[in-house]
Amino acid sequence: MEALVAILIGTLTACGVYLALRGRTFPVVLGLTFLSYAVNLFLLVMGRLTVGKPPIIVEGVTEYADPLPQALVLTAIVISFAMTAFVIVLSLKAHLEMGNDHVDGKHKP
Amino acid sequence: MISHIVILPVIWPLLLGALLLLLQRQSLQVLRIVSISSVSVLVFLAGWLLSIVNSGEILVYVLGNWAPPFGIVLVADRLAAWMLIITALVSWCALVYAVRGTDTAGPHFHVLFQLQLFGLNGAFLTGDLFNLFVFFEILLLASYGLLLHGGGRLRTMAGLHFVIINLVGSILFLFAVGTLYGLLGTLNMADLAVKVANTPVEDIALIRTAGLLLFAVFALKTALLPLYLWLPAAYAHTSAPVAALFAIMTKVGAYCILRVYTLIFGEQAGPIADLIDPWLLPLALATLIAGVLGVLASTHLRQQVAYLVVASVGTLLIAFGINTSAGIAAGLYYLPHSTFAAAAFFLLADSIVNRRGEMSDRFEPGLIMVHQRIIGTLFFIVAILVAGLPPLSGFVGKFLILQAALSHAALSWIMATVLITSLFTIIALARSGSLLFYRAQVPEAAHAATDDHTQPIITPHGISGLAIPVCLLALCVALMVWAGAITEFAQETANQLLQPDDYIQSVLGTGK
Repeated sequence: MEALVAILIGTLTACGVYLALRGRTFPVVLGLTFLSYAVNLFLLVMGRLTVGKPPIIVEGVTEYADPLPQALVLTAIVISFAMTAFVIVLSLKAHLEMGNDHVDGKHKP
Repeated sequence: MISHIVILPVIWPLLLGALLLLLQRQSLQVLRIVSISSVSVLVFLAGWLLSIVNSGEILVYVLGNWAPPFGIVLVADRLAAWMLIITALVSWCALVYAVRGTDTAGPHFHVLFQLQLFGLNGAFLTGDLFNLFVFFEILLLASYGLLLHGGGRLRTMAGLHFVIINLVGSILFLFAVGTLYGLLGTLNMADLAVKVANTPVEDIALIRTAGLLLFAVFALKTALLPLYLWLPAAYAHTSAPVAALFAIMTKVGAYCILRVYTLIFGEQAGPIADLIDPWLLPLALATLIAGVLGVLASTHLRQQVAYLVVASVGTLLIAFGINTSAGIAAGLYYLPHSTFAAAAFFLLADSIVNRRGEMSDRFEPGLIMVHQRIIGTLFFIVAILVAGLPPLSGFVGKFLILQAALSHAALSWIMATVLITSLFTIIALARSGSLLFYRAQVPEAAHAATDDHTQPIITPHGISGLAIPVCLLALCVALMVWAGAITEFAQETANQLLQPDDYIQSVLGTGK
């Protein structure tokens, strides 16, 4: 399972980096979204992959899932969600003001 | 009450920001009064905190009483208090300038301003790496709003670049934090310092990676070469008070570099000791050179000031890169100087732009502006300050840095770079000053006689707009007059930073 998740994170990151380097704002926003998905998954698995283990203390249980990454990733998701919303609105504003959607605002087809 | 002083500078702007949001329907006058009094209180709080920690005490505030390293802690030591007072003073000046008209350009200026301070103060006080990330996001989100405040085509484009590069930075930050947590199981900075020093051999490479990723993030926020390209456009195109406030924003990155790489990856870190030593000094020297080349090549005054910020970042990080107690102390003296001087320059540039009409801040001889003599004198003083000529605080700062470099192996590089770039800064500023002031033409007599339009009339604010740059200059003069006491304080701060055991003991000892 570790290998699968690692490949998944790697693929998401690679797609995200590729898209973030594109010249138009829409792929860039998508790329940033991919990157934030990748990092959220990465944070989550930093508590190690466990199945069916309680995150809080229960009597008679010796092995636990790490609850902290879940809290961290929740914060990270909320923040990246807000940032994505902001950057979408900003790209729309840039598109309206420049008349095109190039990140430098001067792309000529 | 006294034990809560550490959290007050964080919680106060948050509460006031929320209050201002509720007061949106009140008149602008009410908002301005509330906002300015809030920042005045912050100046007082920061001063109070500074007077407490000046004894060498490290105050630890345990949020929710969760014993460290499990809960989040706020830590106030000399460095944090020093950054707080600088932030409070600069933001007070920027805000007083902003109430002269900038805040009418769009809604929620004052709310965003308070939230920006919330993020800044939180970033300086927190003792937890993930919490640092959260405060970074708060200050960035507020700064996006402030940067775009007022709108305009160029501002939007510069803002888009600023937002995207900072989002990438945040994602890298999370990768670094995740790696550190996955390997060491903690995010409390003091606890990280202990754990990093005892890293098992097989994890060393990964921890180094995480540490250097963090450095890349902080270098991005500080605008270190090659990650400074977002800064000139963003700072040159935003409104003057916001640019003045942003003079402190690059210093947040510098603060984080200083904090993280003395505390966690400092001398005590065993196999990972002095992680960024091979990188910081060369990059800082290169940043200084790139910044000064930008200063020379600028075609607009505000662009030039923005490149001066890049150059000052270079100088500051050279001081930190020397990595001795004298070097860090010199940097801590140079930090407020460069912040105040850059803020004063941005505000002065705004006054010049207002008085030149269509010429704006292009480096072309225009008409003589209103209050030419006063503005010219101020420009001269600021130029001396920024270039580091005696007798003002810029000279003291650069002198201290060069003095600290005397014992460093790369002495010749540091000396040559700092001195030659200073010379080029003087040349560039002399050129812009003479273009703006000496070569300004008297309005033609024939025109002047027939109509008043040749008189530059674009001065809705009169001379009072110059009071704030003068105020910032006075702060620099104060830095020079009390240089003895301040360098002594900076020296003690540097010593405290280079002996992180006190910090670690104070944080980890609180829970027991």
